[in-house]
Amino acid sequence: MYLRKTILATGVAFSALATASFAHAEPTAEVLHWWTSGGEAKAVASLKEDFEANGGTWVDSPVAGGAGDAAMTVLRSRVLSGDAPAAVQLKGPAIQEWAEQGALADLNDVAAAEGWDDVIPAAIQDVMKYKGDYVAVPVNVHRVDWIWANPTLLAKVGADSAPTTWDEFNALADKLQAAGITPVAHGGQPWQDATVFETVVLGLGGPEFFQSALVDLDEDALNSDTMKAVFDQMRKIRGYVDADFPGRDWNLATAMVMNGEAAMQIMGDWAKGEFLAAGKVPGKDFICAATPSENGYLFNVDSFAMFNVSGDDKVEGQKLLAELIVGEKFQETFNLLKGSIPARSGVSLDKFDDCAKKSEADLQAAQEAGGFLPSMAHGMALRGHLAGAIVDVVTAHFNSDMSSDEAVSRLVEAVELAKD
Amino acid sequence: MGASQSTESNLTASIQRHLSKIVVAPSFAASLFFVYGFILWTGYMAFSKSRMLPVWDWAGLRQYERLWQMERWHVAIENLLIFGGLFIVTSLIIGCLLAVLLDQRIRAEGALRTIFLYPMALSFIVTGTVWKWLLNPGLGLESMMHDLGWTSFKFDWLVNSDMAIYTVVIAAVWQASGFVMAMFLAALRGVDQDIIRAAYMDGASLPRIYFGIIIPSIRPVFLSAIVVLAHLAVKSFDLVIALTGGGPGYSSDLPATFMYTMAFQRNQLGVGAASAMMMLATVMAIIVPYLYSELRGGKKNG
Repeated sequence: MYLRKTILATGVAFSALATASFAHAEPTAEVLHWWTSGGEAKAVASLKEDFEANGGTWVDSPVAGGAGDAAMTVLRSRVLSGDAPAAVQLKGPAIQEWAEQGALADLNDVAAAEGWDDVIPAAIQDVMKYKGDYVAVPVNVHRVDWIWANPTLLAKVGADSAPTTWDEFNALADKLQAAGITPVAHGGQPWQDATVFETVVLGLGGPEFFQSALVDLDEDALNSDTMKAVFDQMRKIRGYVDADFPGRDWNLATAMVMNGEAAMQIMGDWAKGEFLAAGKVPGKDFICAATPSENGYLFNVDSFAMFNVSGDDKVEGQKLLAELIVGEKFQETFNLLKGSIPARSGVSLDKFDDCAKKSEADLQAAQEAGGFLPSMAHGMALRGHLAGAIVDVVTAHFNSDMSSDEAVSRLVEAVELAKD
Repeated sequence: MGASQSTESNLTASIQRHLSKIVVAPSFAASLFFVYGFILWTGYMAFSKSRMLPVWDWAGLRQYERLWQMERWHVAIENLLIFGGLFIVTSLIIGCLLAVLLDQRIRAEGALRTIFLYPMALSFIVTGTVWKWLLNPGLGLESMMHDLGWTSFKFDWLVNSDMAIYTVVIAAVWQASGFVMAMFLAALRGVDQDIIRAAYMDGASLPRIYFGIIIPSIRPVFLSAIVVLAHLAVKSFDLVIALTGGGPGYSSDLPATFMYTMAFQRNQLGVGAASAMMMLATVMAIIVPYLYSELRGGKKNG
């Protein structure tokens, strides 16, 4: 089997060489992704145009559905059969997992030529590198710890801005509830519960606690009084949510804030896309504010990992693609369409909205304060099975009467079990 | 010339003799490989250290140990017992009742039969989505009752983590009882009318005839219905995904959804394979005794 593959690969390499001697190899890249809906599809199309304008041949392999599960299943079978696509939409520690399998190609040449080390934030570099080699390229930065609020509803209880501490948050929510307004719009899916949870961990524990609890999985941090306080706060938030939340999609919760059925939603900045698509203006029709924390910033970075491919044209295509993705032009067009902010510095934000500008400013501040952290709920901090174990406990606690003590002990157990 | 002719006819004869085997061979080989081969492969995966990609390192019973230490697996098993038990019993009772009622030589029987059987033609995804809308407190039954003025009406099982699994039972029973009815109706029609007439002559009441004669005589149909419903219950996946998404939280998880989550979302192929083997064992526990009784019964009759 292995021998046959080698012969095949050699054959392919030779034929590539043969064509190369005839004509200059045309850069080719097959791109596997699951950006198939509205703005996402447009964003991908912009990359495709760019790539083709630079003389490349783009082979599109979209796999819709299942938030990437379907695409990952395709990827697994493609890699096992020795026919990996050139670039795959992949993020977080999943990149490391594939790199460990020896499936990823390194991009150090392009990185050195383009000076990536200077323009990409260090925390994002860590995610893109495997043992010091670039194996993936970032396309954007989504911020996760946002509050999206309806100013009209807040004004009804005399508030003119989003809360800045969790105590203020609770006080405001109590007031809203007393006025007959649903304080928090929430969609009850495990990942949404986990999104709220990690913003509370960041807010109540601070960046260092977040790092040790949800990134390093330190047992003392997981088993601490702070974690109990986090679960207490989650129980409170549960009380601020309307009764019909289980199973609701995040964009329906966003619509509740937009239509004045609920005052606030805790959700990443993809929610902004919903407001903008409805013609709402940031600052006037809706407020975007960070969830209470001290200079914290939870990032969710989409990226493309580059797989091992054979053939000059494919390797060239991969390099060109990587160069274009990190390039300023693509970072601007893509992120304007996707609602996120560029993953590199040096891109002008003139065309971006106020929320994006705030996001960029907070990013800089968080980096200086050491609060620029990977999101656990969105697969940036932990490998799938570890994050999954935490999400299970969080969602079980949120959807039942479990006490904070029990939640903490279950959290410790679940992480322990998932580790080995 | 004559020799070659005779080999030719020999060949034709031997082809004809083995034709049935030749025809069956490809599908036999395919099912041997794609069903039993993959069962063996999954069985091995459950003993390996596989996480993201299949690997062949032996891990012994570790994956099974991890599986049984997971809180979520216990929830899935408990839900399977609740769901399977209620689904089978309720579908049998409703299906049987409908069949008996339809058996009363009523008008429009054909139309009614179609109406009752129709849900079976729908995919579980459709059933799940429709019942999700019906049972959603803010959208379906509860909000309709509130709009009609009955504001104290409360039916929030779908969003209650203790009750969500019962909504799955409701939708599954709605889907399957028509099918059970069809099975029973066919069996009822096959009961010897002379015996029933004789019972009438002796002055037996209708319920008496049903409980004393007809239902005992269609006992094998009960067995078949239970086997079909039981394996439907074990492999239930799409209904849960469409109706509750396994939620709230993971309170309405079933083994099939658990397996999907582990194998395809969490890169835990080993644990996923172990849970798949547990499901296979459950189905085996139902099917093997059934096959055994069927085959033994066949021999006795033949």
